[in-house]
This record gives sequence, structure tokens and C-alpha cells, in this order.
Amino acid sequence: MQKYSIFSLARNALTRHENWREAWRSPDPKPAYDVIIVGGGGHGLATAYYLAKEHGITNVAVVEKGWIGGGNTGRNTTIVRSNYLWDESAGLYEHSLKLWEGLSQALNFNVMFSQRGVMNLAHNLHDLRELSRRVNANRLNGVDSEILSTAEVQAFCPLINCSPNTRYPVLGASLQRRGGVARHDAVAWGFARAADALGVDIIQNCEVTGIQRVEGRVEGLETSRGVIKAKKVGLVTAGHSSVMAAMAGFRLPIESHPLQALVSEPVKPILDTVVMSNAVHAYISQSDKGEMVIGAGIDGYTSYSQRGGFDVIEETLQAVVELFPTISRLRMLRQWGGIVDVCPDASPIIGKTPVDGLFINCGWGTGGFKATPGSGNVFAHTIARNEPHSLNAPFSLDRFATGALVDEHGAAAVAH
Amino acid sequence: MLRIPCPWCGERNVNEFHCGGEAHIARPTDADTVDDAAWASYLFTRRNPKGPHHERWSHAHGCRRWFHIIRDTESDQVLAVYLMNEAPPDIPGRSS
Repeated sequence: MQKYSIFSLARNALTRHENWREAWRSPDPKPAYDVIIVGGGGHGLATAYYLAKEHGITNVAVVEKGWIGGGNTGRNTTIVRSNYLWDESAGLYEHSLKLWEGLSQALNFNVMFSQRGVMNLAHNLHDLRELSRRVNANRLNGVDSEILSTAEVQAFCPLINCSPNTRYPVLGASLQRRGGVARHDAVAWGFARAADALGVDIIQNCEVTGIQRVEGRVEGLETSRGVIKAKKVGLVTAGHSSVMAAMAGFRLPIESHPLQALVSEPVKPILDTVVMSNAVHAYISQSDKGEMVIGAGIDGYTSYSQRGGFDVIEETLQAVVELFPTISRLRMLRQWGGIVDVCPDASPIIGKTPVDGLFINCGWGTGGFKATPGSGNVFAHTIARNEPHSLNAPFSLDRFATGALVDEHGAAAVAH
Repeated sequence: MLRIPCPWCGERNVNEFHCGGEAHIARPTDADTVDDAAWASYLFTRRNPKGPHHERWSHAHGCRRWFHIIRDTESDQVLAVYLMNEAPPDIPGRSS
């Protein structure tokens, strides 16, 4: 791997930046691999990276039907935080947040992780009680979290309209100062480059059309670029998880919904934190380019169309403009939808499937980006050792039969 | 915006409706004997197909009546509408 540094930048400047090597290879698929990861998003690439890095399994391919990071990795609002309610989730998301904190160094790729704080607003007494409960739970689990009064919210983020005469009065907020945002494309590219350097084959434009099984054990994949054999397969396909599971002959407790986001025209820096509000279904931050990045709720119906209804955007923008009257005249530049795999308890499924050698990592729903490194890390452990990491053991597929659900609808922060 | 054809009121914007999710999920009749896996399947497991999807809708801000539609989840096109007490119609040229 060509190491990126100030010196390599200076050296390449002398040759007019014409001699940079490609960040990762584009090999043809080999006939067989030890492990194939289906899905070249952040989670899949992170899984491949940690398989090679921490478990010494380098005969690995990541197959992606489009281009890497072109699905939900490139369609989210890039928020990173770990302030989840239950012990199981706090463990998993905090593991991920700790990996975020050293990720740019570990990958030698600037993922532009910016710990600018994530604030969740309370607009009524119930919100305030729920947030207090969550903050207390967070602190017991070693996750930094604090409650702000209305005056403290106003001081921390002057742009919010905290007047008592608004439609959604701000009664307080929770704040995780270690939370923030990262550059989503850089996360996919950084993991891809680091995994490739360890020997992982990244195969783009390769759609899986079938999963070969013999006596309940996975044998390989049928793809648009031929049959590829594999001892183990990890499915990390987010919105298409049910489609992949159907190919392998089982079903999932998942429904795929469109989730939309939009960005405004760029303006000068006005918002230096992330503001989320459960009650009014809005979350907003400002990108380094200056665009206001706004996330909406999901559409109520299932869909694979990667676009949602205008009514959802309208509702979101009404709420955002109430909270931030300053931006009422901003024009929106782009709007898009991703297909999120929503679980009944708003928690992911990471573990084994009814098919031997076939593992699944899905159900992240509306909040998978923040978990990218942690998810890949524990999923790689699960695939390498044939048993879950202690952090993802509670997130097995069979929890829906045992009833040990991890209900995180309150912390998921997106309207379901 | 998605347009949903209500059998009584005609085609209206989706924000007049509430989507009730997958249709034709039968509750286990032998509740005393079925195992946890069967309950989990009834409560949580869904077909979630990429293609024709049978689903229930209610015209929540209209006539408030429930009905079925078949919608292609890839194109969001509504393929058929039928009443709550009707069997799903065949979709020409498609097997669901």
C-alpha cells in the first residue's frame, strides 16, 4: 500500500500528482475463496478488513453489485454516536465509537471524523424524562452523556429557536460530546484500500444471483461474473437482506423501507454540532462544504425503489424550519433515498443463519453508519471463530423466537 | 408522491393513508400447542419481497375503510386493488 502522508503528498506534488497509484486493485474473481462478503458497503468492507487484520484470513473477496459505498453508506447523514439505552446496544455502539476515534490512523486514510457533539432535543415533559433515563443508562455503561437545560442548549447551539412561543418548545436536550460526523465515502474507500492492501479482492459490478448449498451448508455463490466457491459467506446487504435470505431458503424479521435525506445549497459555517429531535422527526448538521444535511423519517410502506415520498420531506422541513427559522430561505440542492432494513426492535441482527457457513449482518435500519467499524469488527470475529463475539451475541437471529428483544426505538431517533 | 387507489374514494395521495403492512398473515389457530418459532414467524417474520407485495391499507384521512392492494416494491406501481374479504387476484404475467 502506498502510504499517505505529508511527505508522499509533497513528493507527488513534484510530479504534478500524476503518479498516485490506484487505492485498490480491481481483480477478476478467483474460482474460490475462504470467505466471501456479499455487499461492498462500509459494513462489508470493514468486515473484510478486520478478517484480514485481526484474524489472519486474507483469502477473502468482497462482491458488490454496483460500486463500493454506493448504497446506504453513501446515502446516510453520517452521524456517529453511541448513546443507546440498553446495555447490549451501549456495548456494541460504544465499541464502534472507540474504533472511530482511531480509525483514520488505523486505516492511514482521513475519514474526517469530527467529534462535534450530538444533541437530542426534548420538546415535552415525556421527552425530557426519557432523555434523562437514557443519559443515566449511558453513564452507567461508561458512555459520555449529559443533560442540558434550555439555556444551556441555547448557549451550546445559538441557532436553535428556544423561544417558549414556538410550536415545538425546547425544554432541554441530551448531549454526547464524543459523537459527531464522518465523511461517509472516505469510510468505504479507507476500509477498501486497507483491506485490499492485506490481500482482500474487491470485486465491483458483480451481482449475486444465487447461493449454492449442499446438505444445509453453503458452497458458493452464483454471480453475474460466474460461480465463485466459498467456505464461508457473510451477507451484508442492508435493504436487500430479505432478497439474499430468500436465495438461501430462509426468511428474516425485516422490512425494507425508503429513508430520505437532503442537502441545502452551501452556506458559511452556522451550525457546529449535530441536532436531532425524535418528537419532530428531524436531524440536521452542516457538512464541511457548508451544506445543511437533513435527515427525514422513513416512508410507511416497504419499497426497494431508493426514492421516497415528497410528503415525508415536507413534514421534515416543516419541523426543521420551526427549530431553525434562520434557514427558512435556503434552497435544497439534492434529495435521495436509501433502502433501510428495519427490524421489529430497531436493533441489528449479527450472527449465524439456518445455513451452515452462512452468516448475516443486517437489520441496522435507520442507524447503521455509526456502527460501521464496530459492526465489521464483531462480524469478522463471528465468521472467523464460528461463534459470536460477546458484544454481538445478544443480536442473534433467534432472539425473535426467545423473546430477548433489544428494543431501541427510543434511541434510534428516526421515526419508524 | 405515491398515489393509492381507494376502492371507495378513488386515487388519492399516500399521506391520506396508513399502510398496514403485509396482508394474509394467518394467526396460528392452535395457540396452545404451537412453538415459539411459529409465534416468532407470525409476529415478526415477513416476506419483504422485491416485486409484487400484498398489503393492507386504510384510508385513514378519508373513508377510514381498510382494503388490500398488490404493489410492486421495485417500481412502487400498484398492480391490483381488492377488498378485505376477497382473495388476491392473479397478476397477469407475474408469479408472486
